[in-house]
Amino acid sequence: MGQVQRAYRYETDRDPSFADEIRRMPGCELMDRCIQCATCSAVCPLSAHMERTPRRIIELTRNGFRNDVLSSNTIWVCASCYQCQVECPKQIGITDIMYALKTKAIASGFYPKRFPTAVLAKEFFAQVQKNGRLTETILAQNVFLKTNPLKVWGMRKLGIRLIRAKRYHLKPLRLKHPQSFQQSLSGLKPLDGKSSPRPEASRPTGGAR
Amino acid sequence: MKFAYFPGCSAKTGGAAYEKSFLAVCDKLGIEMEELDEWNCCGATSYMSVDESYAYALSTRNLALAEKTGMDLVAPCGGCYGILLKSDHYYKRYPILKQVVADGLSHENLVYEGKAVVRHPLEVLAQMFGTKALRKEVKRPLKGLKVACYYGCRILRPIAPFEDMHHPQTMENLMKSVGARIAEYPLNAKCCGGAVAGVLPEAGLDLIWMILRDIERNEGDVIATSCPLCQFNLEAYQEEIIRKHPEIKPIPVLYFTQLIGLALGIEPRELGLDRLLLPVEPLLREKGILADAKVPAEAK
Repeated sequence: MGQVQRAYRYETDRDPSFADEIRRMPGCELMDRCIQCATCSAVCPLSAHMERTPRRIIELTRNGFRNDVLSSNTIWVCASCYQCQVECPKQIGITDIMYALKTKAIASGFYPKRFPTAVLAKEFFAQVQKNGRLTETILAQNVFLKTNPLKVWGMRKLGIRLIRAKRYHLKPLRLKHPQSFQQSLSGLKPLDGKSSPRPEASRPTGGAR
Repeated sequence: MKFAYFPGCSAKTGGAAYEKSFLAVCDKLGIEMEELDEWNCCGATSYMSVDESYAYALSTRNLALAEKTGMDLVAPCGGCYGILLKSDHYYKRYPILKQVVADGLSHENLVYEGKAVVRHPLEVLAQMFGTKALRKEVKRPLKGLKVACYYGCRILRPIAPFEDMHHPQTMENLMKSVGARIAEYPLNAKCCGGAVAGVLPEAGLDLIWMILRDIERNEGDVIATSCPLCQFNLEAYQEEIIRKHPEIKPIPVLYFTQLIGLALGIEPRELGLDRLLLPVEPLLREKGILADAKVPAEAK
């Protein structure tokens, strides 16, 4: 990447089909009602840590600026607290839009490299697809090893406290019959009704912006 | 009263104290909880971030299992509760979602007709059992204890069938009925950061600090929570937050069911108080609530 970056966007940067893909997802259909009032950004407890506020994400999304939206940390800083969604004066499903954007980012492998919340989501998914249930401590361990191994050392004290309190579990939780459960959770069609079914299990590992 | 019970994964690992105390309280009050057979993970926020078809199928599978029992489904974890409720609403609202999910469930010969009723223990205890009836069962009133009730997100958002999402009072009513005082504070439904708190501490710990500061300013003695992740975030990161903000004093973080259990005269050990990282027994003894009870040896 050069030293100078274009600060303005060109019409040709737009991908209108991207906006349509998001609009078709459950909860996202009212996106075009947005009046850019920024209530979402004001009530968001995490907007101070976002590269772009939720208001900007909505505007960029509905105009089809796919790369700007997916490369920003916003969707992965979102904790899904639904504050924006319940306060929106136009009843837009903003949290649902954030989810739809996350799934797009993961399906295309286009998200900030080794971003821990994206890695967490994928690890979580893989573990539950296999066992039907989640073991939090195993998840946390795997995520830290994949994103920031040094952090594991920094967290040892908390780990020891949790072990003492009998809150550290290394035996995976599992259904009695995970195979039966896996039948319900396989070969599902996408919810936008348009795009082709995604490949099973082997999801892109993702990485670079 | 008999319910189908959806523990959620946390109840079987780090949040076991919530399950233990909730079931002990139900047992004491004669409310039956029957664990849903072969329940699966609700998907939390992660499934929805990876693939929405899978996320809705995952949570709706539990609704289908619950529907078969014919009983209302009780989900204590805020995350599970919120997702089960949302999945039920969206299943009815979006025909394509219904079709995709029903297709998946049919592979296992499961059908969901949209009849499951999802409830939270707050609702069951405060509204169905009732605070008046609960008051009569109190053996050890939590006199002098000022409780800060913390709701977090999912019990109130995006859907709140039993509560005012802006001014929740259910937990406060329960705490008053067992003799406690209430520390009112504005941030009682502000997000704790959820999974973000652990993996993006630079962002998440700020949220927890603000909540703790707000509670301290309003003189809470103890925090009551209704979700294992809220409980963990508010409790486990206190040490780290206090290192950065020494003006904050450590405060015990309990499940609201543990406090009710104490008031009902249940032994601390049976309520999982030994699993707290910040022990509450010294405070309870100071307030004269636990004068004669034995403190479990491992509590320290």
